[in-house]
Amino acid sequence: MIQYAAILLIFIGLYGLLTNRNIIKIIISLNIIEIGLNIFIISIGFVFDGIAPIMTSVNNSSALIYVDPVPQALVLTAIVIGVGTTALGLALAKNIHSKYKTLEIDEVEES
Amino acid sequence: MKKILAFILTMGLGALVIISLSNNEFFPEFGMADLTERVSIEYITKGSALDVIFNQTNNPESGPANIVTSIVIDYRSFDTLGEVTVLFISSLGIALLLGGAAIPKRLDLNFKPNFMLRVGSRALFSIIIMTGVYVISHGHLTPGGGFPGGTMIASAFLLLYLADDQFRAKIKGFKIMESIAGSLYVIIGLIGLILADQFLENFLPNGTVGVLISSGILPVVYILIGLKVGSEISGIIDHFLTEEEVL
Repeated sequence: MIQYAAILLIFIGLYGLLTNRNIIKIIISLNIIEIGLNIFIISIGFVFDGIAPIMTSVNNSSALIYVDPVPQALVLTAIVIGVGTTALGLALAKNIHSKYKTLEIDEVEES
Repeated sequence: MKKILAFILTMGLGALVIISLSNNEFFPEFGMADLTERVSIEYITKGSALDVIFNQTNNPESGPANIVTSIVIDYRSFDTLGEVTVLFISSLGIALLLGGAAIPKRLDLNFKPNFMLRVGSRALFSIIIMTGVYVISHGHLTPGGGFPGGTMIASAFLLLYLADDQFRAKIKGFKIMESIAGSLYVIIGLIGLILADQFLENFLPNGTVGVLISSGILPVVYILIGLKVGSEISGIIDHFLTEEEVL
């Protein structure tokens, strides 16, 4: 069921992306989509009674039941790329604000 | 009107996705994934028929006790090189967009930091840097690694920026460290290409699973990634907190 909650989060973000006209709110919507996708990818690899895929002195054998490590590695990549895109978007927003003194797309006028 | 249209569109798309996922034989129910059918089981058992035992197994196919690290830095290391490149390009874009100030001047704080805040932030700074270095250097044994540890180091610099109105990091040092770390990553990959067969191949002995000095080049690569991510995000923070001096 958590998978459907993550899909709900993705489409909440998509709705925000379609209806908002403020640049900061658009970037927040993109981040909500990204978080929903990450939760969805992680939930694909979950196994009941599985342990985190790290061997320690307690869980010391590879024969135990682990959760799937591949989605976690992919989400690690996705988080880093999300940080990069968010920072670049915020830099663009800062430039727009310093030039037009507004963050609403409708109020940005050509001068 | 537009909002209703957007609501109907997203609801339709969401219903489409949920209907196509439910009752799909290729999509397992939550918690019912079978790892033996996936490629993941090869990563967990490190490709060997025998069980890998913590602190006993010598020289397995891939060294780390943290299986996510062994995927990120060993099996899919080329992917991680691309990921680091994406972060580099994004920090380059931010430097192009925000770094054009003729006379750079950092943003003013709304308050005057007193003596206690200044000294306390310096003490916290060293603790945060130490935690970051620990997380980076134990990335192949415990949760964490280069990316979270690098972000911790950057957050220590953010603390200094927020607590001290005179502080300005030496941005040139960050740029040099970032370039050196990125180049060394590629050079290690090329050494692997010469000594072993493939780019980024692990050419040092793997050692015992779970020991700090183990798994060959992977701790070195993770330390390089940690330095690169830390200096890149510190540079991004510096660019965001700097503006042009208005005379």
